[in-house]
Amino acid sequence: MKNGVGVAQNIVLFGGTSEIGLAILNKLVKPGVSHVVLVSRDIDAAEVQIAAIAERYPDLEIHHVRFNADDSASMVHVVAEVVQQVGDIDVAVIAQGVLQEGIDYYANPAALLPVADVNFTGTMVLMYALAAQMRSQGYGKMVLLSSVAGERVRKGNPAYGATKAGIDGFALALDHELVGSGVSVLVVRPGFVTTKMTKGMDKAPFSTDADSVAAAVEKAISTTKTVIWVPGLLQYMFLILKNLPTAVWRRLPL
Amino acid sequence: MVMQRLSGWGRTAWTVADLVHTTDVDVVRSTIGAAGERGVISRGLGRSYGAAAQNAGGIVLEMTAENDPMGIDADFDPLTGLLTVASSVSIDAILRMCVPQGWFIPVTPGTRFVTVGGAIASDIHGKNHHIDGSFGQHVRSLSLMLSSGEIVELSPEQNPAWFWATVGGMGLTGVVLRATIAMLKIESSRVEVETVRLENFDAVCAAMSADGADDDYRYSVAWVDLLATGASMGRGVLTRGDHAAASKVDNKDPLAYDPRLTVSAPGWVPNGLLNKWSIKAFNEAWYRKAPAKSHIGLESIPAFFHPLDGVNRWNRLYGKQGFIQYQFIVPLDRTDVLRRVIEKFSGAGVASFLAVLKRMGPQNSAPMSFPTEGWTLTLDMAAGISGLAELLSEVDSLVLDAGGRHYLAKDSHVSASAVRRGYPRIDEWMSTQEEMDPIGLWRSDLSRRLGLVDHRRSL
Repeated sequence: MKNGVGVAQNIVLFGGTSEIGLAILNKLVKPGVSHVVLVSRDIDAAEVQIAAIAERYPDLEIHHVRFNADDSASMVHVVAEVVQQVGDIDVAVIAQGVLQEGIDYYANPAALLPVADVNFTGTMVLMYALAAQMRSQGYGKMVLLSSVAGERVRKGNPAYGATKAGIDGFALALDHELVGSGVSVLVVRPGFVTTKMTKGMDKAPFSTDADSVAAAVEKAISTTKTVIWVPGLLQYMFLILKNLPTAVWRRLPL
Repeated sequence: MVMQRLSGWGRTAWTVADLVHTTDVDVVRSTIGAAGERGVISRGLGRSYGAAAQNAGGIVLEMTAENDPMGIDADFDPLTGLLTVASSVSIDAILRMCVPQGWFIPVTPGTRFVTVGGAIASDIHGKNHHIDGSFGQHVRSLSLMLSSGEIVELSPEQNPAWFWATVGGMGLTGVVLRATIAMLKIESSRVEVETVRLENFDAVCAAMSADGADDDYRYSVAWVDLLATGASMGRGVLTRGDHAAASKVDNKDPLAYDPRLTVSAPGWVPNGLLNKWSIKAFNEAWYRKAPAKSHIGLESIPAFFHPLDGVNRWNRLYGKQGFIQYQFIVPLDRTDVLRRVIEKFSGAGVASFLAVLKRMGPQNSAPMSFPTEGWTLTLDMAAGISGLAELLSEVDSLVLDAGGRHYLAKDSHVSASAVRRGYPRIDEWMSTQEEMDPIGLWRSDLSRRLGLVDHRRSL
């Protein structure tokens, strides 16, 4: 669980090489954290990424668990393996995701399957597995990295936007289901984040960076907030964008 | 099954557990028999500040007898002063029963709303530690339900290892059902108190040292102003006294006792009500109110021992974020560390309402008992202050490097390694604990964070 000053003992990052995920870890690891688990496809890469945090906190125990983010059914075992290594999961940062920008889905429609598996199906299985574990612990926090792309799905990469819309709605309802259990979900909706995932893409308006997302998560995690937007202004922008008539929406240069 | 959100008195780190309220031995036995792998911890009136009486995902046995229609479950002999009482009974109830008969609880903390079970589990101390020691030293015997459901009688003579592991054992050796306590004879319900204000920290320490005649007073404690700076840094108000003789009390019934709650904190308080400025103003007023020259007067038991109980639910004054109480002890010759700690907190702009300093007497036989010969400083602060985790970790190191330790009943943040360093007899205690609870039934949020019991032992 967390201690009296809001520091969680065991923190798990799903998508252990995610830039935003690691930036969040960097903020959440403070004196009092005892275990960090990086769950990733590439353990060597994850090890390199965590080196700076490990150096700052010599007493911190760092664990690695391998997973394939598109193997949805395996998520139950992945959670069980994490529990076996560290016991309780106090905070789970769910940061795995694929964008697949620039793929010609008309030529290869089945190419969208990994997008659905990683961003949606696998994440749903993972979150129920985590919820079951956390409910039995009487405490737990899931931090889901959603995206404003799910707010009103647009052309260009509808598969990505649709999976984010789906998982965002799922997570909010799951949080509702968990009321009273000591477990809650924080849904994070960043705008365009400049990371390796978006390298080479044109920056959208109100773009942000991994550190700003992490700072917003650190601030919100010990509150009862269910949703945060980064930057915060996007909440109001999307209130308008969501309600624009289709004819206007389709003409926007987004 | 009642799933309930619980926290300690500091209202931080809430977790959910299955709360079972009972004072019935058979219900206790059947409840622990049906416990799952998250185990059981007992809870009294919830006055420990951190997570000592919470058990996330497990069972919390709430054993309180505040509104028991059967009255107080106690057997008191006013000739010998021996009180045999259910663990669920509070010091408040004991005082109401015993003070009019001329007997006082031998050790009381700053609140009378703690149960006997909690007093033993935390081995609580009071303003008389330097003379009388802690609560466990006045317990003649206790009966304890083990995780097997068996009830054992423990005393310092009969199975001392198990007795002293239970004193200060944070509820992790079993459920205390009853205890026999040797009460303190008093002639009146008044305390003769000498109050003096002292202009800086050195003056406070000098007055409270053994050379400063502190041992002539049964009760002694100083309030210290942590926000005063420069030459006034650490100025304080020292109060010392003892129970007044009947002849000094100008009342036809010198033992009359009528504690009352005066006001209640409102249910909702804006965050940040207690801040650097409001506390500074309060501290100034408190200091100025105290006489510059030593003054002797009579005070009531609630006014002297339990000032905070005058405000019901005062813990809500810190707002939704809650607060933490930081209590540590350092050896007598390390007043330099006290100074550095005070400087660190005031340097970081952390305001503390009523920091309390006390000189403690020698340690008793309990391996996990907090008090040991030295200075203990207690301060509380809002939990939401940014950077608090880092600041406390630095202060923890100062305390531990000086050979000090933290009080587990107050703790809400220290690490497992801090407890290992602070309590050198922890391994001895853990092996006794394992002997008493081989199936690893007793668990709490505190024991999980601090690794007090081996959680790999499966039920």
